[in-house]
Parts: sequence; C-alpha cells; structure tokens
Amino acid sequence: MATVTYDKATRIYPGADTPSVDQLDIEVADGEFLVLVGPSGSGKSTALRMLAGLEEVNGGRILIGDRDVTHMPPKDRDVAMVFQNYALYPHMSVADNMGFALKIAGKPKAEIRQRVEEAAKILDLEPYLERKPKALSGGQRQRVAMGRAIVRQPQVFLMDEPLSNLDAKLRVQTRTQIASLQRRLGVTTVYVTHDQVEAMTMGDRVAVLNFGVLQQVDTPRRMYDHPDNVFVAGFIGSPAMNLMSVPVADGGLKLGDYVQPVERDVLGKATGSEVVLGVRPEDLEISDSGRGLAIEVDVVEELGADAYIYGSMPGQDAGDKPFIARVDGRTPPAKGEVVHFQPKGEHLHIFNAESGERISD
Amino acid sequence: MAIDITAISPNPALLDLPWSVPLEDWPEEHLAALPRGISRHVVRFVRLGQEVIAVKEISEPLARREFQTLRNLRRLGQPAVEPLAVVSGRVAGDGTALDACLITRHLRFSLPYRAVFSQRLRDDTARRTLDALAVLLVRLHLAGVFWGDVSLSNTLFRRDAGDFAAYLVDAETAEIHPELSRGQREHDLFVAHGNIAGELMDLEAGGHLDEGEDPIEIANRIMHRYDLLWNELTSEERFERGDRWKVDERIRRLNNLGFDVDELEMSTDLDGTTIRIQPKVVDAGHHSRRLMRLTGLDVEENQARRLLNDLDSYRAATHRQGDDEELVAHAWLNQIYEPITRTVPPQLRDKLEPAEIFHELLEHRWYLSERAGHDIPIEDTVRDYVATVLPGRPDEVTVLGVDTEEIPITAILDS
Repeated sequence: MATVTYDKATRIYPGADTPSVDQLDIEVADGEFLVLVGPSGSGKSTALRMLAGLEEVNGGRILIGDRDVTHMPPKDRDVAMVFQNYALYPHMSVADNMGFALKIAGKPKAEIRQRVEEAAKILDLEPYLERKPKALSGGQRQRVAMGRAIVRQPQVFLMDEPLSNLDAKLRVQTRTQIASLQRRLGVTTVYVTHDQVEAMTMGDRVAVLNFGVLQQVDTPRRMYDHPDNVFVAGFIGSPAMNLMSVPVADGGLKLGDYVQPVERDVLGKATGSEVVLGVRPEDLEISDSGRGLAIEVDVVEELGADAYIYGSMPGQDAGDKPFIARVDGRTPPAKGEVVHFQPKGEHLHIFNAESGERISD
Repeated sequence: MAIDITAISPNPALLDLPWSVPLEDWPEEHLAALPRGISRHVVRFVRLGQEVIAVKEISEPLARREFQTLRNLRRLGQPAVEPLAVVSGRVAGDGTALDACLITRHLRFSLPYRAVFSQRLRDDTARRTLDALAVLLVRLHLAGVFWGDVSLSNTLFRRDAGDFAAYLVDAETAEIHPELSRGQREHDLFVAHGNIAGELMDLEAGGHLDEGEDPIEIANRIMHRYDLLWNELTSEERFERGDRWKVDERIRRLNNLGFDVDELEMSTDLDGTTIRIQPKVVDAGHHSRRLMRLTGLDVEENQARRLLNDLDSYRAATHRQGDDEELVAHAWLNQIYEPITRTVPPQLRDKLEPAEIFHELLEHRWYLSERAGHDIPIEDTVRDYVATVLPGRPDEVTVLGVDTEEIPITAILDS
C-alpha cells in the first residue's frame, strides 16, 4: 500500500496549444479513496492514465510511495485497473478465474492458493471457489472480477468510470459495494467519474478538475459547504447552487429591494461593483415581508416532505439556468405565482465577480 | 413504438425485426444460429434477407460510440467488422425502455478462435492465430488505435493462404489517437497477454488445447511477434554513406513483411558520412494492393502473395516477361484463376473462399507432383482436389458462434 503524489504533473498532447492536465498537484494518502471528477474535457481521465502509465507525462512527476514512476512502463508500476477485464472463463473454476493473473506472473501454486483464499474471504466467495462461474449469481460473478484485481495485491487500484455501462439502479448498488470493499481492503484508490453524485457518495476526498486545472480537492462535506470558486460551486450539488451577479451595497448585497447584510472585510475583497452570490436551493426561505428576490414560479416539483421550485427572476432570459429553491412540501407556492426569497444568512457563498474566487469565509 | 435506426445503407428489412423484445428472448425464426455460449453483452446472429448480421444489445451511448469507432477504423483501412446500424428508442411491450442495439455485418468466411482451435487442421494453429493477432495489433498501433481489450474472443480469423488474417470485432473500448504513447502500446500488449493466456487456459480446462501445450508460453508469443514486427517497421537504422543500397534493402524487407513504405525519413550527420533512415508511415497490404491493381481481386495479404507468385510463373511459362504486366495479369485471370475457381461445384463453394481454394490447389498440385515424381497439370489437380479434399472440409462461409464465451456480470446484483 502506498501514497500517490502528483507533483506538478502535466500532459500536453502533441499539437495542442493548452495542456490537457496542467501542473496537477495532489497528494493521495495511503488507503485513501480519491475521486477525480469533472465535465468532459476536464482532464480527469488523462490524469488517471498518467498514473497508469498510458499517457506520457510532459512535465512534473508522479510518485507511488517514494518511487518516481513518471517514466516507468505500466506493468512495473504495481497498479491494477479494476474492472478492466470482465471476462470470466466458463471452463475454469472460480479459484482459477481469480488466480490466473498470478499464474501468468509465475507465482508459486501455494502462494496463489493463499492469496485467492484471502480474497475470497473478503468477497464472501469462499464456498464457491471450486465451482464454475456459470453456477454463480450476477453479483457473485462481479465479485470474482473484483477478486482478480485484489489477488494481485497492487499498491493502487485505478477505476475509470467503471459504472458507466450499468443502468441507474445497478449503478447505485454497485457504487455502495465498491466503496465498502475499498474501505475493507484499505488499498489506495483513484477513481474517475463525470458524475458528481457518484464522486460525493464514494470518495474520502474529491478532486474537481476543469480544463485540465485542479479546482479544489477536499472532503465531500467541505466541497459542498465551502466551494473555492464559482466553477466548483456550480458543479457540485444536485440540484445545482443558484449563482447570480448582484450589486454590492453599503454593508451588504442588494437583492431586489432588500440588502442582505455581509461583513465588511468580505465586501472589501470584491474588485468591482458586483460579486457573484451563490445560494443552495435549501438555503433559501420565502420572506413574509414581501421583500427579497422576486421569483416567478415556472415548475413545482413535489417530493413529499419537500418541494423544489424552478423559477425565473424578472427579466431573466428563457435560456438562463432556472432559479431553484427548496420549500415546504405541504404548502408550496403555485405555478405562475411570484414569490420573494431571502437567503438564510449563514450559508452565503460569495465570489469575486472577476476572478471567480471565493471571498466569503 | 418509435424506434430510431441510424444506418449506413438502411435495409428496410431491419424494421421487421422484433425490436420491442429483449434480444435474449428473440424468437428462433429470426436467428441464423442458436446461441452458443454466453457473452458479456447479449449477442445474436440474425438472418436478414440474403445476409447474416450480428446484433449486440448495449447502452445507447456505447452503441453509438462503437458504431462511430468501427466506421473510423474502416476509413483508416483497418481490418475490422463493418458496422451497419444503431437501433435506439426500443420499448418493450410493458413500456419499459430497452437498451440500444449495435448491428454489424457478419464477416464471411471468418472463424471465431474457438472454431479455429477445435479444427486442429495443423499442429501450429496457436502459433498462426497469435501471429495474425500480432500483425493486427501492430497495424492498429501504427494507425494510432488503442484497443483497450485485446483478446482472441474480440478477434475473428480468416484463412489466408494457410495462415490467418485477424479482424477486430469488438471496438467497445477502442480509442483512435493521432499517435499512441509507448505506455498505451505496452498496456494493450499487457492486456493481450493476460487475456490470451486466460483464454488458452480455459481451452485447456475444456480439453480443447493439445496436451503439453503451455498456455502461458503460447501467450508469450504475442509479445515476441509484436516486438519483432514493430521494430522492423519503425526502428531507426544508421549506416555509412557508401552503403546506400541499405535503403532499398530496408524497403524490400518491409515489402516482404507485407508493408508499403509511404514515408521514409532520411538524414545525414553533420559531415555527411553517416546516413540515418527511419520509416515514418507504413501501410499494410503491399501484396493485396498490387494484386488488386492488376486484377481487381480483393483478397488477404498472403493469398495475394501466393496469387502474385502464380502470376509470375504464368508469365515465365508463357514467355511474356517483356509484356505489359497488366495485360499478362488480365490473361492470367481469364485463363487460369477464374476457370479454375469456377470448376468448384456450387454445392462446395461455401467451404472456402475462392482465393483460399486456389491456394490449396497450388499446395495440392505440389503434393500430387511430388508423389508422382513429375509435374501434374492443374486440371488434374482440380479434379482430384474437388473429389477427395474439398468435400471433407466444413462449410466456413458463416461459422457463427457468439463471439465470446464470457459470462455476463452486469446481471442484477444480489447484495
């Protein structure tokens, strides 16, 4: 087991003007489950493949433990791509299906047997070792496929969108299994996904990338409560955070006909006359006074206890992102109604309008 | 139900297939062969008018991606199966959405590796299939194609003058780049080695591998063959200025391996005493392209080599070395190749491709001549071959079988 270090690791594709991964700095702790997440083109898969040895590193270094693997061939890195090979061989026993990579690697029979048995114990496959894969259920077969990576006892597991081929229901079940298995094994894992929900539910920490640049690496909780910039604020969370440009007023921010008080030292970090204000849908409340952001309700999504309001501000373009607020499910406003919202003071996210960087605490 | 068919040249008969039924449950009347084995995704071979198609059920984004990748591979001139259509928007009778289907044309006269190994026509089958796979992998890598899941089951084999030519059948994980990194190539090889060893161990466990054959040793061959070919095709060579014949020599070596050199980089050192050459762009199909140009015949590389040799003998035997090559080729086609391949009775034509039959006839003539101690005319050879050899051969025009015998693990989980 080992740490993984990206040290200003950079990948520039031949002929490209900008790096696909730009000076990436991440330290993955021993045993940690790190998720790389970002939209398509963010460089997350490239970053994983640099670690696997599939992509050349044009600048910086990558370390596994103390070993500099930057220019090492993939097979010498002691990493395993999990779910790379789903194929189970019908004529071979479950034990042989799990251990055949060790046989190829020339390991002695006794050692293979021992490692297979250990993996089978972790995967609850002990009673099935002598059976043929046909006799197993779907879930057991999937565990055999994972067992193949486990018996190799790699220092790092790599997973590149392993759930993208599964339907929604199966994806949720499998992601729980992978996360719990990883915790039991304690093997350092780097996992790539484009799905921020998957990232937030699985990772010990999440690294958000955009256009090849690391935006933030943090625990899911911290990422949600304290996004470092406008991109992370808009990317993490479902439904998405409301982000709006608002004028700075004396002692606060001007929301319609109402001034939301904000500490002076925060306002002092604004460089123009406006800032970007971010408020999560659950951090809004309907104001009784009729003051605040006037929102015309377009859609009401009733979920029982809660309801989500999808609306627009007066003068907002139809193409703009809707304004989203969570309200009490028992008394939601009606479609077409105009409601005034005020943010709950303690969960404001304020960003510099020019740089997009967070300026509130 | 509104289904959406994206096809290259739409065959209206596609509309008549039971798209609202999960592929696994398609009625037998549509199937060209009963499903054998199990595959990662459900795959069925379906008769569509005169032809046979392979239908794979897979999520829509993956189906579209693979469809596009296969199209691009064929545009690049790579040996891959031909994609025909993606069918999406499928809904079952009870209203549940069904996965999309990717449709490819069945490759005529191709053999899945299990069929190749089960025939054991010659004892070095394993060697010949791996050599073919190594050539395929080198060709793909030269074109910037990362396969991602190289295996025998993702490959189909066509006979090629006693050897095999390999075709890519599964492009689910394939990516096309301007150029591959060393790591990508090494990874493909590493995966190939593991998969092939696993597949051979499975054949061994099922009693389909000759005793005494070591799966791992056979699988090692893919590495050696790949490295040899890759180095020959791409490595840099230096020699003294006086040895300029080595440039032609290198090109001839590549031609003999079946490759054309489209771009060769040549430079000298500062004082001009040493010349450095390195092939930059090489293209497979040296012989098959030449035969195509001369005769219009579209055959595999080794078959082309064999036919070109016969064409040369014909030229010598008819004393036409001075004539225009294309005219002689035309005469050879009309007087030798076509009459001979037409002699095969229609009921035996599904056994082997004409070019492979021609190759076997040349082999057979050599064998008969040796036994007789003198030359046997080709007409007598054909008579003997059609009477004694060909009837015993299996029909290979549509050898079907699910392309993999892997077991699905995308089934419902029992957590």
